Amino acid sequence: MRDVAVVAFTQSPSVRCEANRNETEILIPVIHEIKQQTGLATEDIGFICSGSSDYLAGQSFAFVAGLDAIGAWPPVSESHVEMDGAWALYEAWVKLQIEDADVALVYGFGKPSMGDLPRTMALQLDPYSVMPLWPDAVSMAALQARSCLEAGVISEREMAQVAVRDRANALNNPFAQVKGEFDVDALLAEPMLVSPLRKHDCSPISDGACAMVIAAGDRARELCERPAWIRGFEHILEPQDLGVRDLTRSRSTEIAAEKAGAHSDKIDVAEVYAPFTHQSILLERALGLGDAAVVNPSGGALAANPLMAAGLTRVGEASRRVWEGQADRAVAHATSGPCLQQNLVVVLEGN
Amino acid sequence: MSEEKEPVEVLRTPVELDYTYSAGVSASRFLRAVEQGKLLGQRCPVDGRVYFPSRGSCPQHGVPIEGEPVELSDRGTIVTFSVNRVPSENIDLELPYAAIQVLLDGADTTLFHVLGECSIDDVRMGMRVEAVWRPRDEWTISMQNIRYFKPSGEPDAPFESYQEHI
Amino acid sequence: MAELCGIVGIGQTKHDSKRIDVSMAGLLREAAERALEDAELTWRDIDAVVIGKAPDLFEGVMMPELFLADALGGAYKPMLRVHTAGSVGGSTGIVAASLIQAGIHDRVLVAAFEKQSESNAMWALSIPMPFSVAVVAGAGGFFAPLVRGYMRRSGAPEDTGIRVAVKDRENALKNPYAHLHMEDISFDLVASSPMLWDPIRYLETCPSSDGACAMVLSSESLAAKAPTRPAWVHSTAMRSEPTMFSGRDQVMPQGILDNAEALYKKAGITNPRKEIDCAEMYVPFSWFEPMWCEGMLFAEPNEGWKMTYEGATAMDGDLPINMSGGVLSSNPIGASGLLRFAEAALQVRGQAGDHQVEGAKKALGHAYGGGSQYFSTWIVGSEKP
Repeated sequence: MRDVAVVAFTQSPSVRCEANRNETEILIPVIHEIKQQTGLATEDIGFICSGSSDYLAGQSFAFVAGLDAIGAWPPVSESHVEMDGAWALYEAWVKLQIEDADVALVYGFGKPSMGDLPRTMALQLDPYSVMPLWPDAVSMAALQARSCLEAGVISEREMAQVAVRDRANALNNPFAQVKGEFDVDALLAEPMLVSPLRKHDCSPISDGACAMVIAAGDRARELCERPAWIRGFEHILEPQDLGVRDLTRSRSTEIAAEKAGAHSDKIDVAEVYAPFTHQSILLERALGLGDAAVVNPSGGALAANPLMAAGLTRVGEASRRVWEGQADRAVAHATSGPCLQQNLVVVLEGN
Repeated sequence: MSEEKEPVEVLRTPVELDYTYSAGVSASRFLRAVEQGKLLGQRCPVDGRVYFPSRGSCPQHGVPIEGEPVELSDRGTIVTFSVNRVPSENIDLELPYAAIQVLLDGADTTLFHVLGECSIDDVRMGMRVEAVWRPRDEWTISMQNIRYFKPSGEPDAPFESYQEHI
Repeated sequence: MAELCGIVGIGQTKHDSKRIDVSMAGLLREAAERALEDAELTWRDIDAVVIGKAPDLFEGVMMPELFLADALGGAYKPMLRVHTAGSVGGSTGIVAASLIQAGIHDRVLVAAFEKQSESNAMWALSIPMPFSVAVVAGAGGFFAPLVRGYMRRSGAPEDTGIRVAVKDRENALKNPYAHLHMEDISFDLVASSPMLWDPIRYLETCPSSDGACAMVLSSESLAAKAPTRPAWVHSTAMRSEPTMFSGRDQVMPQGILDNAEALYKKAGITNPRKEIDCAEMYVPFSWFEPMWCEGMLFAEPNEGWKMTYEGATAMDGDLPINMSGGVLSSNPIGASGLLRFAEAALQVRGQAGDHQVEGAKKALGHAYGGGSQYFSTWIVGSEKP
């Protein structure tokens, strides 16, 4: 395989509601900043790929507005996935493998504050038998949490500990939305939101965008002093029906992590896209993280969850730890679909 | 159990979702002006061309458009058009109507609008038009403050003057 | 150096305005199973799945590939979902091919679909947005002014579009999968059909269809085991540009010209009109045939209409275009691009049945979307590149 590395990453501050800015306006400074940081002009970028969702935006072809932000002129070699930006990164990484390009720009954006997010997510479910019941996203996650608790594989205390850890980590992240020092017992005394989930078990609703530049070989070394080399990149989908899946583990993450080589050596830093606390516990296990691994130094999705950008943000945050020398080997994870249906794992190394 | 039933071929699931759209910073500025009967464009900082309305960035150069607004005339030229005879539940216009792309004087981008006070047999590329505004007390934050464009009676603009806007 | 990618299986559904006999899953499986059958493979042989379709609002399901995971044999496999407006079918094929070319997978299933009857596409394309005046009704309302621009610029005879519409509908009569089979198609019938979006007549527009298309793509070593001669991917290209900026040429966008140049360069083609034996292009309104003949550099600027007029693009012309009947005869939007790519592959495999171009060795598949701003193309050949 060709050596490809993450060399730059920018993001907007995640906020509950970007009342004044539309999606293009959220994206413009993020793209502008990454071009400034890397000194790249549109002509220097061989491939562009983005991730976003029409249903979040409430209109068809919502991603087309992204082209206005990047300055797609002269015409660019470009593609889009109706998925989180982390999968756009995958497509771009593949493109660099076939030497069609040496440098790629990837971005993701979402403005879920425009609609009723938990209800909108019900449209991901089987339209003939499940969706007509309108199961919202939080209730779906609660079903999974309940089965984990009943099976005895996690406890409510462990779940609260995840929230305390991530919110404390987020204190160092200027882009995070929910942060602070919290006490496990105090959180456990809070009322249930959708039993067995309390408010702290759920990620916030966030508007935001992020952008990343990846580059191959020497081009990566020119653009970054210590590039975060992509050493493994896999993603796996599970069936959607909850009845045919083992909800107490993330089988697809296990397979993706194994194939990506995450298990083959120690991991210093992991950035895990867990929209709910119990999912973080399942994912950390599936990734096979040791005690020494620092999990979600950015605060993870529990601190900021800009849909369609949050997965790519995990890769960006993990890469940052490699650039800054805090990690020699990091793993980043992204998810999509109800109850961790689809999972992606990237292994990044400094050497 | 073996009783054969008709297969289910159609299942109706009404989907109703509410969205709250933000016009955005630059569209807000534009709409506040329209509320006052003014048409504001903005210049691209790279080539100085006037975008109407500005959407906050120049799509060609990928740079923010932040400079002083430019007030435009409510007269312009039809650069191209179509006559629509297809009903659409989202469009509240009597059929047939001419959907026109208008290049306002002073602007370097076109806008879509409707032609009025003109037989659809007479509409043509290069035709000069002017805005017909609704009564002032009906003005809102919408381009619908302009009811339609109508022929201004000026001589047609030469093709060369607008051909790069098609 | 990239690996070679061969097309070893091709399948499509019967396209129709309402396929209420099948669910979304059933529609996709109809196409995918035909592709697997053609390749003499099973679901088990597939390493990864790539799905393409146009806006989710067309069916009312958000990211439908998630609930379709099982039906597509995607469980515990990698799956990607591509969406690049109308060009999506083409882009989906290109993404799938790149997984083979990069050496990541040996066999990839690519499928694209649209089941327009499950929602209301015209509504989904013209959702009333605040702050703007709604005057553009559907895609025809958007493209009609551009067609008028082309007519003015090129001076093409007004019946050029009618001729394209007749030719494509005649071709469709030879394609059992086509949605429209108009036995009585004639110049007069098209000419006398009502003007919908003047200058576009009713019979110069594409239908709204339910349908799917699928292909099995394979690495070089496994393609050697294929029961039928594979089609080989010689070249792919994608180009995008903004919807609107001052001075943008919307009639003949730079994006398609750049796309063509990049595509031919990679394929080693210097004279496309001569070297390409036939082409399937995305022509949703008849006038786009002459327009894209120029865009794909088959004709000089403003002269594409001459190819139509002189019969060059007919089945017995020197560069047949839209042998399958094209988008004018079947338009399951999300699948339409992949159908173009698949028809190109069918031709060079000699599998196109009654609409086969004799001895076709190199064929072009072309798709476009958005406001004439997304382009995806591929060249396939009967020989390895």
